This record gives sequence, C-alpha cells and structure tokens, in this order.
Amino acid sequence: MNAERPNAAWEKVKLARHPKRPTALALIARLFPDFIELHGDRAFGDDPAVIGGIASFDGRPVTVIAQEKGTNTDDKIHRNFGMPHPEGYRKALRLMLQAERFHRPIVTIIDTPGAYPGIGAEERGQASAIATNLREMMSIKTPVVVIVLGEGGSGGALGIGVGDRVAMFENATYSILSPEGFAAILYKDAEQAPAAASLMKLTAADLFTLHVVDEVMPEGPGLHEDPSTGFVAVQGYLSRALVALSCLPVDRLLSERYIKFRAIGAIVDGENGRSTDENQN
Amino acid sequence: MPDSLNERKERIAKFKKTILNKDDSARSVDIPEGLFVKCEACGNAVYQRVLDQNDGICPNCGYHFKIGARRRIALIVDPGTFFERDAGIASVNPLGMPDYDEKLLAGAKASGMPEAFLSGTAKIAGRPVAIGVLDSAFMMGSMGSAVGEKVTRLIEAATVQRLPLILFSASGGARMQEGILSLMQMAKTSGALSRFRDAGLLYISVLTNPTTGGVAASFASLGDINIAEKSSLIGFAGPRVIKQTIRQELPEGFQTEQFQLKHGAVDLVASRKEMRVLIARLLQFHPEVRA
Ligand SMILES: [Zn+2]
Repeated sequence: MNAERPNAAWEKVKLARHPKRPTALALIARLFPDFIELHGDRAFGDDPAVIGGIASFDGRPVTVIAQEKGTNTDDKIHRNFGMPHPEGYRKALRLMLQAERFHRPIVTIIDTPGAYPGIGAEERGQASAIATNLREMMSIKTPVVVIVLGEGGSGGALGIGVGDRVAMFENATYSILSPEGFAAILYKDAEQAPAAASLMKLTAADLFTLHVVDEVMPEGPGLHEDPSTGFVAVQGYLSRALVALSCLPVDRLLSERYIKFRAIGAIVDGENGRSTDENQN
Repeated sequence: MPDSLNERKERIAKFKKTILNKDDSARSVDIPEGLFVKCEACGNAVYQRVLDQNDGICPNCGYHFKIGARRRIALIVDPGTFFERDAGIASVNPLGMPDYDEKLLAGAKASGMPEAFLSGTAKIAGRPVAIGVLDSAFMMGSMGSAVGEKVTRLIEAATVQRLPLILFSASGGARMQEGILSLMQMAKTSGALSRFRDAGLLYISVLTNPTTGGVAASFASLGDINIAEKSSLIGFAGPRVIKQTIRQELPEGFQTEQFQLKHGAVDLVASRKEMRVLIARLLQFHPEVRA
C-alpha cells in the first residue's frame, strides 16, 4: 500500500502487543488513583480479565471498566491474557447498569486479543453475553467514553466498546480479526500476518479516517518507552469528553450515540426496491 | 471511489436481469447439482428431488440441509404476502480487499441474491410481520455493511410500523473483507434492537445452521424468544479456532442446537417442518399493541 513503509501497520500491531506497553491497571493507577475495584457478575464468578470499579475523575465519580492482560507470567495466566469469559462481559454490564442508576459516567478501556474461544466460554454463552452488552450499551442513560489502549480484538473488544466517544492511542489497533487469523484465511498462511495487517485498516489513523474512532491520542515516544505523553493526552481527552457529554440531555446523548454507530458502513443503494417507507431518523 | 460505485451499480442491475428473474424453485437447496446428494449426517445418497420435496430434510435420518433465503420465506409466510424491501442495497469493497469483488459475484451466483440477507414484510397465519433471512450460500451469510444496513433498516421499519420481527440467521459471522466496518455492524444492529425492544415489540430469532461469530454475538442472540433449528451449529467461536486454542478434542455434540438448549442459550429447538406453526402460535400469544 505505502511503498516506503510497507509494514507500517504491522509495526503498530507489534507496538500494541509490546511486552512493555502499559496495561489497563497502569492507566487506571494514573487516571484514577482512588479506584475501588468491584468484583463479580453475581451469577457465575469473577473474571480477572475484566476489571471494574468506581473512582473519581476531575472531582466527580465515574465507573471504570477495563480489560487487563496482566503484567508478568503468573499474572498473565491469571488474567487469561486479557481474553474475557462471558462472566467478564456480564460483570461489565452489571457495573454499567449500576453506574446508570447512580448517574455516573462510564469509562471503558479496551485491551484484548479477543473474547476467549473455549469450551466453558461457549457453555456459558459468550455470544449472548457480548450481544447483550452491545444492545444495553446503546441505551444506557449515562455518558460512555471508550479508550482503546492496546489491542482491540474483534467482538471481544466491542463487547465493552459501544459509547458516545471512542478514542484510540496512536499505536493501538482495532480489528475484526487478528492479522494472523486474517492471513490464515486470506493467504492460507498465518505467517503472512504482516501483509494482512497492511490490508486490514486496523491502525488508529485508519479507523479515524473510517469514522470508527473520534480521536487519536499521541504517544510521543510510544507508551512502551515512556507513557507520560500518552497519559497526559488521555487525561486531557477524557476531561474534555466528559464535560461535553455531561452537558447533553439524556435523549440527545442516546440519539447521538445511536446515529454515531448507525452511520458506519459503506454500501450502494441501487434502488429502493419495493420498499415504500423511509423512516431514517 | 465514485467510479467503482457506479460500476457496481451497473453490475447489480445487470446481475438482477440475468440471475434474479430466474424461477426461485431453480435453486431450492444449497447443494451441488445432480441427481443424488450425499447426506453428511447419515452418509446415505438422497435423491435431490426427494430432498426438495421434503423441505431439504434427509428422509433417512432427518438431517436438515441448508436452504436458501427465498425457500425459507416460502416455507414460513402465507403465500403471496411477502414484499421485499431494500432490494437495491449491496456491498462495495470499501477497503479495496483483494478478491472481494469476485467473491461478491460468486456469492450472488450461488445464492441468487444480490446480498446475503433477504428482508421484507409478510403475513404469517394472517398476522403482519417484518421478516429477514440470511442465506449461507452468499459468502457464508457473513455480515458486512450491506447486510448490517439491511438488518438495521428492517428493525427500524418494524419499530415504526409496530410489527413483530422475525429473523432467521445462517452465518459464519462478520465479513472479514470489510474489516472493522463489518465489526461495527454488530453494534449497529444490536443498537436498533434496543430501540425495538423499548417500543414493546416482539422479536423472534431463529438460529439455523450455522450461526456463529459476529452474527451470533449480535442480533441472533437477542430474541425475546430464541429458536434453534435442528441440525444447527451455533456458537461464538468456530470449532476449529477453539480446538487450536485449547489443544484438545471437543466434546461430542459441542455447539449443536441441543448443546445450546442444554446450556440455556435458546428457548426451544424446532424442526423445519414445525417452524411455521410454532411461530404462528407464538405470535398469537403476543397480540398487537398500539403505541
Ligand atoms: Zn441423512
């Protein structure tokens, strides 16, 4: 695509997965020092891949939901490398409904390779858990700001990713499938992941162009080198976004959130067929 | 971009003339042409004609073959009541993905439809409904922007017209060739269902073979009543991906409709033959409600 930097997208993939890239807990520690974690989905268990709780931001309470990959080997295994089970999505929803009840804005932080593909996850309804979150997040009556921190892995990311604003770090990625998975299907060869990555439009800049994200937050030298630039950027962005969203009446907040996602896509509408009713609103 | 749009419009128009005007009965069951087909469940050779006459169900073992969207509509709605809507909506290749244009044409040829989703209004036992059907012969029934838009428009129309909504899913998930745009159709369709639900209307989701990935993880799982058709693979991740991840064999019957019934993901399992009457009875329990 870009002759001079054929692997620019793949470089981003590597940075998004960089072992030294701060995980959600580091971002939470910086943005929400008084964070109190709340556990469990009240039905099955507590998913360590999803963190939720209450904190203050700019002097007012917020609910924070995040996907956590873990920092060392034991912690990564404990957190299932940030791949949530259904109970993780259900915990997230429980805490989001709690936030709605107490009129707290919600901040979600995305960093996951994807929802976990396993036997238990299927038995407990991974598809239904994600689907329910998509529907409920569209109608939750409080501002929702989504931060894509590292990897935005498919439906597993989107399961906490419906909001009024979606902001993405410069070196984060967000895609329908991993580049390896994409290459395995397109080229029948997972080794072709770098080539797949450059086709997939998964960088923050790409997604900004496609109107999937509203803001690209600069990282300076990269979050893995020195997170200070990026963390200042996200703090500023969050502050502005929450002020702007908190001013909106709820019905306007919800209709703008709906329209934001409603507008995404590229189609050709050859004719109206035999359809007579036009009811776009 | 505008050029490729016009080009695509022309191609769709041409395609419609040549393929869509063919008799629907010409393609009734999604299997290769020929006198016999092999049943993948019992291994017996089945007469194609016998299979067609039996709604695509194996006469030996009861296995449900995949059927196309138009055939499905014919099996469910009152004859002559289906009015298609949004028939002109089709896909573009927004990311310039290699081979996607060819795949769209091949899908159109295989399914006899310009996209993987057929939608409209109809009557079932006299009751007006909004109905939509995914066709797995079109790129595995995958959801890109066009499918997402058609599903959303159908839900929005049902909300405004206060019609019960019936969606038949048959899909491998979100369409990878449109990348993130396909993924976002999950939020778009589920969001439309949030408004539909708030309007107090009934949504019956029928999950057929296969319903996985981004379609399972969006509108297909969100029915007020979820019905699984017999012989269906239903789940979030595909069995191959799960096997690769956990590095062990999958249990017998994993992700079948009975598995989903046992684990509480669907309200009931029905055979193709009883589907129409079941839906009609469920509709009767939900009288029309005024706004
Ligand atoms: Zn058979």
